[in-house]
Amino acid sequence: MNTPSNLKYTKSDEWFDPASGAMGITDYAQSQLSDIVFVEILVDEGDTVEVGKAIASVESVKASAEIYAAAAGKVTAVNKDLSQKPETLNSDPYGAAWMIKVEGGKTGEVMDAAAYEKYCAERTN
Amino acid sequence: MTYIPISPKERDAMLATIGVKTLDDLFKDVPARHRFPKLDLPPALTEMEAAAELADIAASNENVRGDLISFLGAGMYNHYIPSVVDHVLRRGEFYTAYTPYQPEISQGTLQAIFEYQSLMAALTGMEVSNASHYDGATAAAEAVNMAWAQFRGKRKKVVISPTVHPQYRAVIRTYTQGMELELAGDDPNADLGSGPEALMSLIDDNTMLLIVQYPDFFGRIYDYTKLIAGAHGKGALVCVVANPTALALFKTPGEMDADIVVGDGQPLGIPMWYGGPSLGFFTTKKSYVHKMAGRLVGETVDSRGQRAYVLTLTAREQHIKRERATSNICTNQGLLALASAVYMSLLGKSGMRQVAELCYHKAHYAAEQLSKIKGMELCFREPFFHEFALCLDRPAKDVNAHLLEHGILGGYDLGQDYPSLKNNLLIAVTEMNTKEEIDSLVEVLSEVDHG
Amino acid sequence: MANATTAPKIVEPTVFDLSSPGRKGVSFPDPDVPRAKLPESMLRKDLPLPELAEVDVVRHYMHLSKFNYSVDGGYYPLGSCTMKYNPKINEDTCRLPGFLFTHPLQPIETVQGNLALMYQLQEWLKEISGFAAVTLQPAAGAHGEFTGVLIMRAYHKSRGDSKRVKMLIPDSAHGTNPASSGMIGLQVVQIPSDARGNVDLKALKEQCDDTVVGMMLTNPNTLGLFDEHIEEVIKLVHDCGGLMYGDGANLNALLGIVRPGDLGFDVMHFNLHKTFSVPHGGGGPGSGPVGVVAHLADFLPEPLVGILEEATDDEPPLFGFIKPAKSIGRMKAFHGHFGGGHVRAFTYIAMHGPDGLKDISQYAVLNANYLLARLRKTYHVPFDRICMHEFVAEGQFAGSDVRALDIAKRLMDYNFHPPTNYFPLIVHEALMIEPTETENKDTLDAFADALIKIADEAKTQPDLLHNAPSTTQFGRMDEVKAARELVLCCWLPEDYAEKV
Repeated sequence: MNTPSNLKYTKSDEWFDPASGAMGITDYAQSQLSDIVFVEILVDEGDTVEVGKAIASVESVKASAEIYAAAAGKVTAVNKDLSQKPETLNSDPYGAAWMIKVEGGKTGEVMDAAAYEKYCAERTN
Repeated sequence: MTYIPISPKERDAMLATIGVKTLDDLFKDVPARHRFPKLDLPPALTEMEAAAELADIAASNENVRGDLISFLGAGMYNHYIPSVVDHVLRRGEFYTAYTPYQPEISQGTLQAIFEYQSLMAALTGMEVSNASHYDGATAAAEAVNMAWAQFRGKRKKVVISPTVHPQYRAVIRTYTQGMELELAGDDPNADLGSGPEALMSLIDDNTMLLIVQYPDFFGRIYDYTKLIAGAHGKGALVCVVANPTALALFKTPGEMDADIVVGDGQPLGIPMWYGGPSLGFFTTKKSYVHKMAGRLVGETVDSRGQRAYVLTLTAREQHIKRERATSNICTNQGLLALASAVYMSLLGKSGMRQVAELCYHKAHYAAEQLSKIKGMELCFREPFFHEFALCLDRPAKDVNAHLLEHGILGGYDLGQDYPSLKNNLLIAVTEMNTKEEIDSLVEVLSEVDHG
Repeated sequence: MANATTAPKIVEPTVFDLSSPGRKGVSFPDPDVPRAKLPESMLRKDLPLPELAEVDVVRHYMHLSKFNYSVDGGYYPLGSCTMKYNPKINEDTCRLPGFLFTHPLQPIETVQGNLALMYQLQEWLKEISGFAAVTLQPAAGAHGEFTGVLIMRAYHKSRGDSKRVKMLIPDSAHGTNPASSGMIGLQVVQIPSDARGNVDLKALKEQCDDTVVGMMLTNPNTLGLFDEHIEEVIKLVHDCGGLMYGDGANLNALLGIVRPGDLGFDVMHFNLHKTFSVPHGGGGPGSGPVGVVAHLADFLPEPLVGILEEATDDEPPLFGFIKPAKSIGRMKAFHGHFGGGHVRAFTYIAMHGPDGLKDISQYAVLNANYLLARLRKTYHVPFDRICMHEFVAEGQFAGSDVRALDIAKRLMDYNFHPPTNYFPLIVHEALMIEPTETENKDTLDAFADALIKIADEAKTQPDLLHNAPSTTQFGRMDEVKAARELVLCCWLPEDYAEKV
């Protein structure tokens, strides 16, 4: 499992990049959902999101999930390509599959990479 | 009579395996004071008795294939259903199967629904169809749900033409009573002669959906292209409630750029059955498929490289998405979707067109003859399909009562829904009505005039 | 898996594949009236429907029918679906011309037979369930649920009680329960189950306050268990001002055993397609009447069938439609699934009578407990006590990677339809088995033997399960391809033009 060390992670398996303000779902989350076939970003550029607010809805062949904001702030960008290529969430969750970017990104309760890896390992067992 | 194939001896052996003495011992969790109520129901009938009783009940109705000549439509139509349709439906393999959750052993149902979806898309001129809803009215209500989901509740207004079927409008009101939604245009006192473009004034930046009917409730055919473009200009979606028989003849809602087409599939090989069950078809553009409620069958391959079909995008549905689902719908109208697929396959390109033309010619003959009677005229001047509103010089109720005395089921009394049309009848004519029947309608109504 | 570059093998072409220009399946007479002028600008240019002869159509659908597993063809122990045998007489009664060819808007005087039948069915369902009033209008179980939830909302609203927003739903519930509540914007609160599979009373108590609309409960629940504290559960909900909704999915366990209305339920939907033998039709049409207690009767959807004029010495009563005083409105066009639903259920109830109905539930419960007794040593049953009409086992074995899905697919090789799997969500690798009353001991034994043998195969030859089914016409499906490529329609204008 891939867990980049520059990112922050939530208990509901989202990541947040403090440097760029981007957020998305983790490698662990995409593997649990398996083949993702649909994604809808629920916020628009210019909206203000709060921590824990639903920013996207994801559906795989067998499951569906709401994705929550890992950090609060004003939405500066929305990844418009993602809805055309939902499979990117499986192949490149930390890269091409970023969902939104926020400005000022104030996080709530987050973990660093080491703590998140431990958290995932506990759930796998 | 019961259908339990277990002998008393077998029952006792089974009870012994379970480890209890009597059947009653299996129900100890049920509160004793309410256990085993005595039901006040009539004693059981044998099959012979039940067949006779049901035949008596059915015979006490006056049906439209022998007892009465019918000119009643208003959402349900008396069409010919070729024998093949019911022979296919009577296959136990189709009617005693469940929803096709196990695709390896349900390809019959799955391929039939896939074909239904394809036929429905072709008929309406749209890109995708779901596997069907309960009826036309609930399909129209699901269009509202879809638009709500599409705009994620950010737009809150639905504009609905007053010439959409009154019962469909009623169902939409029921379905949306828990949503904070504005229904505009749903007014039976509106000017019914002003044409569809009048609705444009109601459509604004808060409008999520416009609903119109084609042909409208009075049978009129409008080209909605301009109206739809106008609604799109405001960012709203447009749903057209369509009669499927008419679509075999007239420009499709797809050609007019409608976003959603719904309607009742009863004219496609389903008996009237005193109002149900029929099916509600629902077709749309491919880009909206994730927001559409209802079952959906998609093509794939199996592990042996064979073309096959599965229920797809199921994560949209209630059993996975639960309270976040667009709708709570579980089933489709499987067997009736099959009936419609068989009907459309059998009639095909030429038969479907032939039925539509027969309806058109006969309805126009009836309209022409009826409007010659003194005191009667057509209410509207627009082109119509197989239904038209006839203005009378006396209450429609009295005219219908007179017709019934002569074995004729008259039209639908429009005054029930539209105060301004209280002396108006909605007359429907299908391929089932012969010239003689139409002539006798004209004759009996002429007598009304004279008497 | 098939190579992406090879075209898939076609087992049965679609009606579009089979089409050949110029063929005709049916002819209609030429018009016997003068042809009217058609409005040219409004006509469609092409009608891209297939062209087939009658024999083409018949053979095509006969071929397709052979790919289906059905109750008429074999054993179908699908949990929570009540796949009982559907008596053939129903197919004849519902097709009597007096039913088939009556229009829903005919004057009531001309359809007294239909109305009398509907009235009688309302009365029988009231008697069977212990409710004060019944509507036959809802089209299916989920539609009945939606009706019930709207009634509950309207009741609270009519009393000016506007702060109620919470619907309590156990974790074992069908997905339709939260979805129905979600459709009117209620907040769904999940209530856990206790160690014996009952509603967790402590957790329920914590949620019972003056914001509760009500609780939606399936009893027996989806574990097939009758809640041992049912009266306490209902009392808790009533004491905080909530209403008790009964999901009638499992009513086949209760006929003549107990009436939900007597237990204190306020609203319940019936599934005529489960309990009262309306065939499932490959996924509908169903029929989902709703029963309510007296103080909710005014909120039922319109119209109900009632007596407009009482019978006299010479005349039978006049049946017609009535509108309840505070009706939530209309749930569908016309009067419900009359022909396919009400007539079949009426026939079925008439042929059973009170004793026959009780037999149905007693034998449904007998069969479930018999299968449970035969299987519990081989398959772990997490909530193991006397069950009602169904039970839930785990489809997994220690030290094996075989899953419930594999067991389900392997059952097809033994010519059985698999049980419901992966539901309810509170049991791992759930196999939910509902035998129904219409199966004999030999069938149940053969099914139990097959499951026991499959458990053995799971240990000795797991690949038999992973690769199952192998004896059916079709193997496992590529569901990812279906969802990603989304081929939902075989009609494309270009393709058709080429062919013509």
